[in-house]
Amino acid sequence: MTSQAAPAPGPREGDTSTPDRRTPDHEGLVMTGVCLQHGDGSETVQALDDVDLAVRPGELAAIVGPSGAGKSSLLAVAGGLATPDRGTVTVAGIDITAVGARARAKLRREHIGFVFQSGNLIPALTALDQLRLPLRFRPRRARSGRDPMKLLADVGMADKAGRHPHRLSGGERQRVGIARALVTEPSVLLVDEPTAALDRARSHEIVRLLAREAGQHGVAAVMVTHDHDVLEHCDTVYEMVDGRLTALT
Amino acid sequence: MFLALRELRFAKVRFGLMGAVVALIAVLMVMLSGLSVGLVRDGVSGLQNLPVTSFAFERGVQHDAAFSRSVVDVSAVDAWRSRPGVAEAAPYGNALINAKSDRGVDIDLALFGVAPDSFLSPEVSEGSRLNGPDGIVVAGTALDAGLRIGDTITVDRLGTKLRVIGATGGQDTFGHVDVAYVPLPAWQLIKAGVRQGGTVPEQATRDITAVAVRAEPGASVDLAAGDAAAGTESLTLEESYGASPGYTAETSTLQLIQGFLYAISALVVGAFFAVWAIQRRHEVAVLRAMGASRSWLLRDALTQAFLLLVAAVAIGAGIGVGLGSLITGGGVPFALSAPSVTAAAAGIVMLGLVGAGAAVARIASIDPATALGGNR
Repeated sequence: MTSQAAPAPGPREGDTSTPDRRTPDHEGLVMTGVCLQHGDGSETVQALDDVDLAVRPGELAAIVGPSGAGKSSLLAVAGGLATPDRGTVTVAGIDITAVGARARAKLRREHIGFVFQSGNLIPALTALDQLRLPLRFRPRRARSGRDPMKLLADVGMADKAGRHPHRLSGGERQRVGIARALVTEPSVLLVDEPTAALDRARSHEIVRLLAREAGQHGVAAVMVTHDHDVLEHCDTVYEMVDGRLTALT
Repeated sequence: MFLALRELRFAKVRFGLMGAVVALIAVLMVMLSGLSVGLVRDGVSGLQNLPVTSFAFERGVQHDAAFSRSVVDVSAVDAWRSRPGVAEAAPYGNALINAKSDRGVDIDLALFGVAPDSFLSPEVSEGSRLNGPDGIVVAGTALDAGLRIGDTITVDRLGTKLRVIGATGGQDTFGHVDVAYVPLPAWQLIKAGVRQGGTVPEQATRDITAVAVRAEPGASVDLAAGDAAAGTESLTLEESYGASPGYTAETSTLQLIQGFLYAISALVVGAFFAVWAIQRRHEVAVLRAMGASRSWLLRDALTQAFLLLVAAVAIGAGIGVGLGSLITGGGVPFALSAPSVTAAAAGIVMLGLVGAGAAVARIASIDPATALGGNR
């Protein structure tokens, strides 16, 4: 079973901004007929089975499903971390399955933002430096992006800009992780279990923040989660079972 | 360098401990370097101070014992003097003796037999240059050992008496023994074992150890052709160091120890960064997922290793130089020279970087997809 492209998201309550310069025709994430197998001991597992997915700029799509269903594999393929056996993946109009590893790394630097479980922040860096770091991956002349300090303020972390991750709470780390993913102004945001270590209130807060940022800045966001409580903040919801993706809403 | 510097600051204790180990290696290396230079000076500074480019020894002589075994007829000096490119050639004698001064100082001396009017006759900082038949010029370090200008020394067993009339300025040693420049005739009698007042064999006045040759500035002397003409076997000045007693064994032992220390340094640094790289696997996967290129990560890791090594080696070398300055001038043959300390420090940094490079190269193989899910 494959999913259909979701309708364009409408404006959210309290969201008065307009999506930025990107156009739905060329931006966002489009996966078509994606298949991926990988080995598991002596067996071969069908991690992704003919997956179709289209996420438009400003849309937050959630993918739920049991452990081992293929959610992380989908994020890996969508983010150019793994190459599918079949199918195409287009990010910002670029077919990332048709380019080499170096070009995919460049694409990740320029068009894809990752939010990892528990933030996965670099222990040696302060919150502000976490945001400066992705900009450093780019050549000096191409270090444009959002202002790290202003972005920290946008996610409510301005007063903790000088703190290292071990001095931040789980929710604060995740906020910094979201800001870090957005600082390069990506076209696509891939979010991996952002509420895995958070209580209910913090979980809602984080997903609301994701939805707001995606909507305000026209980012196509895909969030993998086990947490059904936060799905109300998402524009579309998919379920993944045994590598097959099904649209729920 | 963005991440490298911040990690160094953040993990001060971890990197501090590693830096301390590297600094200790640098201290050891500087001390060994000082011992090496000291031993070389103790072994051959007398030769190094001679204005000589090569020695022509007896043909077929054993190279590592040339100074003690070689016997050349003095006529070879004229043969060498006429060779193209040779500025000067002079007879040279070498003998190790035990002696006692008239003030009761026991001393071992390396006698350098030279013609007082030749280019080998040393400059003096005290007293007078070689002039009379029994006047000798001793190394400045022999004065530290208890000799005084004006002393008369008596050669053991032979009873030959020599007067100390001058001293050179610095260290002049050969085979760890102070050098004494002796007029060639007196040296020939001592070498021949002629006792005071004894009969002098005719051949004794013709025997010398080698012909000391000084090439014209910028000229190249054809040593093989000169040897063929004079019936000798030449060694350059540097090659002749190996003929000093114990020189080759001492220097090769120290070089071996230094080589081991360099290897240990590379291994220790490599092991540290290998463990560091393993501990950072997940972090590196996250960085790669965010778009960091392999070259960016490798550059950052090597910069980190370089900064750690340079800082630690600078501190270690500083401590080593400080300790060395306390030892210099004592009984231990120890001398520090800027080139040897710099070479030792650069060697540790270079080999440390090789070790670190081999260790952090594995960063390039980390799969960025492991940043996703619950992988840790």
